[in-house]
Amino acid sequence: MWNFSLFPDQASTIAKHVDALYFFELGIAGFFTAMICVLILAFAARYRRKSTVDRSNPPPSSKTLEIIWIGGPLLLGLTMFTWGAILFYKMYDPPADALEVYVVGKQWMWHAQHSEGRAEINELHVPLGRPIKLTMTSQDVIHSFFIPAFRMKQDVLPGRYTTMWFEPAKIGRYHLFCAEYCGTNHSAMGGWVYVMEPVEFQQWLSQAGTGASMAEQGERLFVQYHCAGCHRGSQTVHAPRLEGVYGRPVPVQQGKEVRFTLADYRYIRDSILRPKSEVVAGYEPVMPSFEGQITEPDLLKIIAYIKSIGAKEATQ
Amino acid sequence: MSAVAVEFKEDYLQAYRLKSWLLTTDHKRIGLLYMASITFFFFVGGAAATIMRLELMTPKGDVLSSPDAYNRLFTIHGVVMIFFFLIPSIPAVLGNFLIPLMIGARDLAFPILNLLSWYILMIGGSIAIGVLIFGGVDTGWTFYTPFSTMFSNTMVVPAATAVFITGFSSILTGLNFIVTIHTMRAPGMTWFRLPLFVWALYATSLIMVLGTPVLAIAVALVAVERLLHVGIFDPALGGDPILFQHLFWFYSHPAVYIMVLPGMGVVAEIVPCFSRRPIFGYKLIAFSSVAIAVLGFLVWGHHMFVSGQSMYAGMIFSFLSFMVAIPSAIKVFNWTATMYKGSIRLDTPMLYALGFIGLFTMGGLTGLMLASVGIDVHVHDTYLVVAHFHYIMVGGAVMAYLGGIHFWWPKLSGRMYSELLGKLSALTVFIGFNLTFFPQFVLGYLGMPRRYYEYPAEFQVLNVLSTAGASILAVGYVLPLAYLLFSLRWPPDAGPNPWRASGLEWQTDSPPPVHNFEEIPIVTRGPYQYSPEGAEAIDGNGDDASR
Repeated sequence: MWNFSLFPDQASTIAKHVDALYFFELGIAGFFTAMICVLILAFAARYRRKSTVDRSNPPPSSKTLEIIWIGGPLLLGLTMFTWGAILFYKMYDPPADALEVYVVGKQWMWHAQHSEGRAEINELHVPLGRPIKLTMTSQDVIHSFFIPAFRMKQDVLPGRYTTMWFEPAKIGRYHLFCAEYCGTNHSAMGGWVYVMEPVEFQQWLSQAGTGASMAEQGERLFVQYHCAGCHRGSQTVHAPRLEGVYGRPVPVQQGKEVRFTLADYRYIRDSILRPKSEVVAGYEPVMPSFEGQITEPDLLKIIAYIKSIGAKEATQ
Repeated sequence: MSAVAVEFKEDYLQAYRLKSWLLTTDHKRIGLLYMASITFFFFVGGAAATIMRLELMTPKGDVLSSPDAYNRLFTIHGVVMIFFFLIPSIPAVLGNFLIPLMIGARDLAFPILNLLSWYILMIGGSIAIGVLIFGGVDTGWTFYTPFSTMFSNTMVVPAATAVFITGFSSILTGLNFIVTIHTMRAPGMTWFRLPLFVWALYATSLIMVLGTPVLAIAVALVAVERLLHVGIFDPALGGDPILFQHLFWFYSHPAVYIMVLPGMGVVAEIVPCFSRRPIFGYKLIAFSSVAIAVLGFLVWGHHMFVSGQSMYAGMIFSFLSFMVAIPSAIKVFNWTATMYKGSIRLDTPMLYALGFIGLFTMGGLTGLMLASVGIDVHVHDTYLVVAHFHYIMVGGAVMAYLGGIHFWWPKLSGRMYSELLGKLSALTVFIGFNLTFFPQFVLGYLGMPRRYYEYPAEFQVLNVLSTAGASILAVGYVLPLAYLLFSLRWPPDAGPNPWRASGLEWQTDSPPPVHNFEEIPIVTRGPYQYSPEGAEAIDGNGDDASR
């Protein structure tokens, strides 16, 4: 019990920036709280009923004072807003070279999947000094992926992908929490994030598991769910080929119009689960829905596979 | 404009039969009905909080048998405290009692509707208590989807029904106040002669009337999805879970102002009276109430910075949240400036009011951290949020409610209470409150998430401090209940105006006669006719005020 701290570790590159703004605002909060308290106590003492001090000509109101205490908070507020918004902007966009990890939340555990194939439960291993991008979804209710030492948090929603990124800056073991109330064992839905030396991380990645990468596992599922039967070229069914589709605009038939939509995680996911909602122009809506048949981690693997055949195409 | 002393005048408390209470349309009696009911709800919600704080003394779950029990407790604590205590507190008790008296009217515009509002609250409240007794609900007071609609196995629909029904009590009360303030002011009672308490309640009523229907829609849709499996919020049925959050916070953020604006109104009455100075910057305070009501409708998205809403939406909501802080800052500065060159006495109501100013200031300033979107990413859904909103709602709204009850107790009961016990309770509440909630700021920045039944051992010291504070706070809340009730043993002795206050409500007897005023007063001046000169002479007369 006596082993306690008053301030969290600064284990990501953004942490010290968040803390800087926090201390700035803490200073402002402290200053104004102290000012109001001191003024109240001073007035209550000096102008107490029994004291005989000068009470003549108090102003009923004062334009000057009121302008000061509208303008002052306004300026400080704008400063804090701008600083906070810039910080948020930095937190929002992951660098292009970020290492990608895929996270699925479900009552009450976290499942993390590395591109190289290794998966883990309620733990997340990451290398020091490399930006990490998490693509996350939930299999049931809303969860929230929270690592206090990184000062990062992002809600994880069913039915869509959210992302967050961070760059670990300190070797160690840090708490991982679920921050959005998600039912009975909400407080037990968490574990540890391990920041490792890059070399150790590479070793860790190659230990255990089947050795198959996420995309390779996805390819197996692609065959298993009979996606390959049509999408790899079929004599009987006219289906779009998927090589190179990831990250490109796809023409989608909307009534009589054709509009382009980016083939990203959302689009591919929706095309598997609700294939009739956005049909590629020139194709019949014949694909069956896979809603409720493929787990979230498997969906991520299939998308990883589709993504990988795009990459192959692009290098050819 | 002072009432002529008449030998015998029947005051509003004179009839004792139960029927005379249950069928009353007297706004003063309805105020007391509300007071009795919300006091009950306050102690129900408080009991839930007590058990939670006991559970959190240790990192592992031990006081309660299961996490489910804990989840039900924080849900019922939130639902009861917000919908059945805080929202009706100052408006329905003090607002009901005081608005007609303050504007020189004989009653509210719709007395029967007023009684109906109380019955509606009672129906909603009974359902809520029923939910508590027959198994509870575990969604949190926020009812987030799709957990509430498709996953929770508890009494979500009955709880939603309770909230839905109670909302109408709020809407009707707000409507009643708006119409009353517009149409029933005494001759000469211009808008700028209205007490600031009335301005605050006017702004509050606008929020009640405009915001509550959206909450009703949100919880009704939860029930529809849960019962009929119509896809509204659950993606598995084709819905959008974020839609619920937008609907919910569109009401529930302004609801924060329903809870705190009336408290600001109370403070604006107490501070001038005990400083013997007119309020500083009357118009600016009045307009800032309205500004808070309007801007308060535009900041709901700051509850959703990490929900997955767009980055730009987050930034706009952050900006607007800083803007809504400004009218609150104005009020704090103006209250403080009112004390300058005053003749100050620290009686119980004043202690509560000053406590309010300090705690509200801290609550407001820590709100800036939550409005800064870059910091909120870290502290969202942690104990920093819990501490922040308790500083506003308990340190602010409850302190103001207690201050108001102490200030107007002589008016509504005709009795004075023990001033010594009053001061003791104000001090106990202030100390207990800070000890309970200040450690939670530290816990929050450390990263302890809210709604946690168990937590890592390194958070224990701060949690123990918080629980210790809660036990002091509990004493501070039980104390006034005891001595205020105790004061009823004696016959009315307070006199019409023990504080020598200048508002219209003090110009009639205590307790007021059934029809408030023998003659409708003609108003010729503003509400704050105070001057520090000669304040000591007032004390000579007023000493019977502190038995």
